[in-house]
Amino acid sequence: MQGNEACALGAVAAGCRFFAFYPITPAGEIAEKMSQLLPRARGVYIQMEDEIAAIGSVIGASWTGLKAMTATSGPGFSLMQENIGYAVMTETPCVIVDVQRAGPSTGIVSAPMQGDVVQARHGSHGEYEIIALAPSSAQEMFDLTIRAFNLAEQYRTPVIVLADETVGHMREEVIIPQESSPRIINRRVSSNPDEAAHGFLSPSVAPMPIFGKGFAAHVTGSSHDERGMRQASDPEAIDKIVRTINEKIVPHTDQISSIEKVMLDDADIALVAYGSCARTAEYVVKQARKRGIRVGLLRPIGLWPFPARGMKDALKSLTRVIVLENNLGQLFPEVERVAPDDANTTFLAPETLATLHRPDYVLKHMTGEAR
Amino acid sequence: MSAETAHPLSKYIRKGAQPHTHCSGCGNGIIAQSFLRAVDEAGIPKKRLVCVAGIGCSGWIPSPFFDVDTLHVTHGRPIAFATGVKLGNPELEVVVFTGDGDASAIGGNHLIHAARRNVGIKVICVNNMIYGMTGGEVAPTTPRGTKTTTTPFGNLERPFDLSKLVMAAGGTYVARWTTYHVARLVASMKRALTRNSFSFLEVVSQCPVHYGRRIGITDPVAMMRWFQRQSVTVEKAREMTEQELLGKFVVGEFIDVEAPELTKLYAELFEAANRDSN
Repeated sequence: MQGNEACALGAVAAGCRFFAFYPITPAGEIAEKMSQLLPRARGVYIQMEDEIAAIGSVIGASWTGLKAMTATSGPGFSLMQENIGYAVMTETPCVIVDVQRAGPSTGIVSAPMQGDVVQARHGSHGEYEIIALAPSSAQEMFDLTIRAFNLAEQYRTPVIVLADETVGHMREEVIIPQESSPRIINRRVSSNPDEAAHGFLSPSVAPMPIFGKGFAAHVTGSSHDERGMRQASDPEAIDKIVRTINEKIVPHTDQISSIEKVMLDDADIALVAYGSCARTAEYVVKQARKRGIRVGLLRPIGLWPFPARGMKDALKSLTRVIVLENNLGQLFPEVERVAPDDANTTFLAPETLATLHRPDYVLKHMTGEAR
Repeated sequence: MSAETAHPLSKYIRKGAQPHTHCSGCGNGIIAQSFLRAVDEAGIPKKRLVCVAGIGCSGWIPSPFFDVDTLHVTHGRPIAFATGVKLGNPELEVVVFTGDGDASAIGGNHLIHAARRNVGIKVICVNNMIYGMTGGEVAPTTPRGTKTTTTPFGNLERPFDLSKLVMAAGGTYVARWTTYHVARLVASMKRALTRNSFSFLEVVSQCPVHYGRRIGITDPVAMMRWFQRQSVTVEKAREMTEQELLGKFVVGEFIDVEAPELTKLYAELFEAANRDSN
């Protein structure tokens, strides 16, 4: 099965019942699959007039209690940024899948690149926290889409599935568990007017005062208090918002942003890679091990919040750290920050951006520097 | 003697949300009261009403003053958000409060597409012919030649006719009144609230602070008298030439027809999809 199709199946398995889309490559297959699956689940598939409308309608649907998602690629992701910030500000659970392609601008529509990593983190204006997961296989397009919904529901926040063209379009085996087996988390919803009156800004995540229950919820992107009421000229109010959004997510980084370690226990060298790059990196590790090179792979599955503690711990006894990304080093500064001071920490892009790293190129780079 | 009685519409006003943010003389108060009267007369339960507000002074009509579910969104996007709310829960009566800049400049695309797809939201567009909140900049609805803070030599561009625009996009209910025509405004709002399809109500409204001042009418009542003088009904306008209609406000109900509404079509699709799969 294709990665993009697995993403759609994961969304529906997670309980997604609203999907809005504007056509873009290489995310199209997610929409095609959703348009087939949702009507049978009595869910809405709608093609909106642009990506701004797609994310807007997703947020609107989420306030009626539905699990909602949109999918796009770089140009559409850029258009969505303002409303992603709105979703953060109003604590609206939703999932945004960005199947990254080569950019900037229109770029190459069907070539892999990881150019939106920093945009995913900081693309909307203002100070905020976001959750972004990076699948590296078709299986993870399924698994991490479910996880993205779970995290969105648990923390009442938008969650980004930061896929890339290779992962979206690759075809490989995907195991779909029986209907009941994936763990599904549903948001807490206000159950009485008193709870609804405190529908925002709790570090432990306030129950959501969804529409149609008689709570007269007030939802605004303006600075507001825990009742949702506008406090448009009070610095204390925006201070509380920014700190609460941070406090809601950052202390749970270890649970949100997991990491995978492959053959790292006895390693001297670590390759750090995520998304499709991690596939090359894993292959290189296996090849290098055959030659007796003690190298392992460290793969952040959650990129944001950056799993600093876990990464630091995993890298602590290593002498060399090589970060592979299909860009010019977007996650690299974060990795460099947590790598041991005395380790030789370097960055390696593919020879040609928008193509995958060639394993022999990585291997040569590794052994060449090792001598 | 204490003769204090509650205003009959006060049940729709959110406690603690006063004082309001409108300038004195603003048309928003008239529109707010007209709308709440229409809601009351149409018998829409508060629990079922959702108001979606854009950015601009018009957004402040429901937000935060109406005691109903309220979604105050990003600039230009209330119709897109409202589409999601309506499709998410078709039982809800979803009303958008938007301005001429919000609906026809930054959000113009959403307006025409909502009309085209006939999603059963109701759009109340307050047209004050200016960007009031940001300081009186020229709008897509500002008449040609008008001097604004950003057209000090006069506006070079032609204004949009919002009602015509929505009709051309397939709007099934389109009406325009001014804040002078309160009784008819209430009747049209009530009509919009009691039908299923997409409905568009343009309300020409006075902004004495940023528009009236520019055209030499600073008194809000004088602005409304100007609306009265310059208004011609749809019926009368049909017999007038383009030249005679220059500077006039054509008011009335332009169209009122039924067409398949989007959430109903989805309900049918769900039935069909599940029938086929069995």
